Amino acid sequence: MNNLKKIKIQLNGKKRQIKMGYNLKDLLKLLKKNNNKVAIELNGVIVDKKKYNKIILKKNDKIEIVQFIGGG
Amino acid sequence: MKDDFIIAKKKFKSRLIVGTGKYKSFQQSAEAIKASGADMVTVAVRRVNITDKKEPTLMDYIDPKKIIYLPNTAGCFNSYDALRTLRLAREMGGWKFVKLEVLGNKKTLYPNMIETIKSTEVLVKEGFKVMVYCTDDPIITKKLEDVGASSIMPLAAPIGSGLGIQNKINIKIIKEQSKVPVIVDAGVGEASDATIAMELGCDGVLINSAIAEAKNPILMAEAMKFAVMAGRKSYLAGRMKKREFGNPSSPKKNII
Repeated sequence: MNNLKKIKIQLNGKKRQIKMGYNLKDLLKLLKKNNNKVAIELNGVIVDKKKYNKIILKKNDKIEIVQFIGGG
Repeated sequence: MKDDFIIAKKKFKSRLIVGTGKYKSFQQSAEAIKASGADMVTVAVRRVNITDKKEPTLMDYIDPKKIIYLPNTAGCFNSYDALRTLRLAREMGGWKFVKLEVLGNKKTLYPNMIETIKSTEVLVKEGFKVMVYCTDDPIITKKLEDVGASSIMPLAAPIGSGLGIQNKINIKIIKEQSKVPVIVDAGVGEASDATIAMELGCDGVLINSAIAEAKNPILMAEAMKFAVMAGRKSYLAGRMKKREFGNPSSPKKNII
């Protein structure tokens, strides 16, 4: 029964189930990531930070969350 | 003597730019940056770790409000990936300064200049200040300048090789013909390499591996700071003429 309330998404190349109705802000909260330290690409399109709480995730959405790391 | 270092109308304190890769820890990376005196550091863009929620981040150790982040496109082998990476970097914090690096070969890590020029054109149109990693070819660097690069960054030698400047003549020609700052990027191995780059007239040096892979990275970071400063002053001072034979430093007259 619980499965009905969950949807499958692809997060950073890996399949994952999340609760239905989650927006991008909820997803970041779940992952304990700070809004200001990441950037998000949804189905190949970069998402404006201001819209994180307005975009509800849909089945089979492909999400990439990136951050800065050490590099030369 | 007034000697400002300006890239795309922004003034920088240090002519040394350092990378943040290959360090043992973020802590060591932060200490090395401090010792180097750099006010701009290169950073890479990668996927967040979705399994480790407590993973420390670079920003916890290096404050982007105090040190300017220069997002790079390391690991990108085509224009599409490079553009995607830098657009994501911009969304992360609104940075305009970026280091474009489109690689052409996994072994040599030599840049693919065709893809690099193409990417520079697009990024400039999108408002980025593009600092471009490139080959030490004066024709190519001129082309990069023509399409709007904010800085030309020819390699001294392949990335991470530590071989030092392989083609001093080309670096000198590139510097003399360029109107934008020329920064030697990649291939510096020790402090003297950085000094030579500056003595050739370059405006700055970008170093990662030579510091991070030194036995004592903090000490090497400091060495690089002084090496760049020494090279710059030596260049500005203007070296003496070379002679084929000896020329005494003490007067020849009134010898007892």
